Amino acid sequence: MSFSPNIVGFACQWCTYAGADLAGNLRAKYPPTVKLIKVPCSGRVEPEHVLEAFANGADGVLIGGCHFGDCHYKTGNYKTSRRIAIYEKLLKDSGFEADRLRLEWISGAEGYRFAEVIEEFTKQLQEMGPSPMNGGV
Amino acid sequence: MAEKVKTAFLLAGGCAGCEMSVVDLSEALVGALEHLEIVFWAPTVADVKYKDLEDMPDKSIDLAFVDGMIRNSENEHTVKVLRQKSKVLVAFGACASLGGIAALGDLHTKEELFKQAYKDSFSTDNPEGIYPTPEYLLDGKYNLTIPTFLDRCSTIDQIVDVEYYVGGCPPHPSFVGKLIEAILAGNLPAPGSWLTSGKAVCESCSRNPAKDGVERLPVGDIKRTIDGTPDSDKCLLQQGYMCFGPVTQGDCGGSCLNVNIPCRGCGGPIPGVKDFGARCVSMIASSLADDATAQKFIDQYNDMAKMFYRYSHTANRLNHKIAGMKEQKVSEACK
Ligand code: SF4
Ligand code: SF4
Ligand code: SF4
Ligand code: FES
Repeated sequence: MSFSPNIVGFACQWCTYAGADLAGNLRAKYPPTVKLIKVPCSGRVEPEHVLEAFANGADGVLIGGCHFGDCHYKTGNYKTSRRIAIYEKLLKDSGFEADRLRLEWISGAEGYRFAEVIEEFTKQLQEMGPSPMNGGV
Repeated sequence: MAEKVKTAFLLAGGCAGCEMSVVDLSEALVGALEHLEIVFWAPTVADVKYKDLEDMPDKSIDLAFVDGMIRNSENEHTVKVLRQKSKVLVAFGACASLGGIAALGDLHTKEELFKQAYKDSFSTDNPEGIYPTPEYLLDGKYNLTIPTFLDRCSTIDQIVDVEYYVGGCPPHPSFVGKLIEAILAGNLPAPGSWLTSGKAVCESCSRNPAKDGVERLPVGDIKRTIDGTPDSDKCLLQQGYMCFGPVTQGDCGGSCLNVNIPCRGCGGPIPGVKDFGARCVSMIASSLADDATAQKFIDQYNDMAKMFYRYSHTANRLNHKIAGMKEQKVSEACK
């Protein structure tokens, strides 16, 4: 399969972003499909940001935050999880494949996990094909 | 006295409620007419035809209002003509600026909509199941045409440039009055702006807990408007009724709250919000006490698209695109 999906990743600076860094240091292999945006906390990610990425043609959006209990602002990731659960339902009811949005808890110590998630997500998006905004159906 | 402001109103794919709201100004409107010259307002006020509009010189209209969204080929054509003839174009009301209620039809196929409207609805008697067609040959010689139903709705600014937006379904008459005053005083903000107060419905809502210095608490209960009668003094959101007041412009003065109904966002998004539905999800989700309450919300409200985008479905680029693809999908499936 030749299609290389375009994933926009929002990564919490305290965990997933550090995890991505570690993946690099460990020389873990994963496809070059993700463009990471560093955010102060997963709680900073608004459904509007996700929508903006999809509306501009992202094939997938990944939000990475700290595991429950580890959020540096205590409740940021809990709020993210609620927002995204509801937003996924909204996307589905709007006729958009909600599976293109993925929420993962990846700590700064989980470099291999980061690589694994990108690998899995890339495969999944390749099977789904390009976003409807880019001529996919 | 300065020359009168040449003004036009065009009804596109709307219900004319927005125009009724202008008419509701009654004496105030008569007063304003001293300063406004209505050059086009068919069919509500003036007996002018589309042809008369087409014959006007370009940019000869000072101020044009469009109410309703783009639903058919006639709407699309007349809006383009009006744009050419006008210096300033205002998308007036929820349909024109955001899509409005009828744009929720975009969540259905044309076949579903036609079947409901021309076959299944209670008041319809159509045993042969005849649908309207853009062209019809009557008696073998008269070729009759009606506008073509488009694959999807569009907001006015998805078709032509728009200078200003006004929310509301319809815009509240008292607000329309203030708007006309501002226009006459030449007191208009930068193009691209909403001609609104910019304040949220909560600010004008008498139930706002902040008015009594009370803090809002996390919402631990989910209710739908069919579940009992809400306490008529307490904030509806705090009671568990999903109210969109915090993210909606409140030029209506909180009309719905005054009759114990939660706000559904007809006033349009408050400044700084790019997408009404997405921000509304954020606001509601952040108000909920825990995951269990969020799950209850997901389970109890069966159509989030029609709920969060009640008035603003089309303004969302993703929705607009998906709506444009649905007929394509249907024809592929039929192949
Ligand atoms: S905004 Fe409301 S009142 Fe105005 S045309 Fe649309 S449906 Fe009618
Ligand atoms: S959330 Fe609704 S009921 Fe509560 S203060 Fe705001 S507008 Fe009023
Ligand atoms: S309360 Fe909300 S839905 Fe009701 S009229 Fe005002 S803006 Fe519209
Ligand atoms: S700080 Fe990482 S999710 Fe909040």
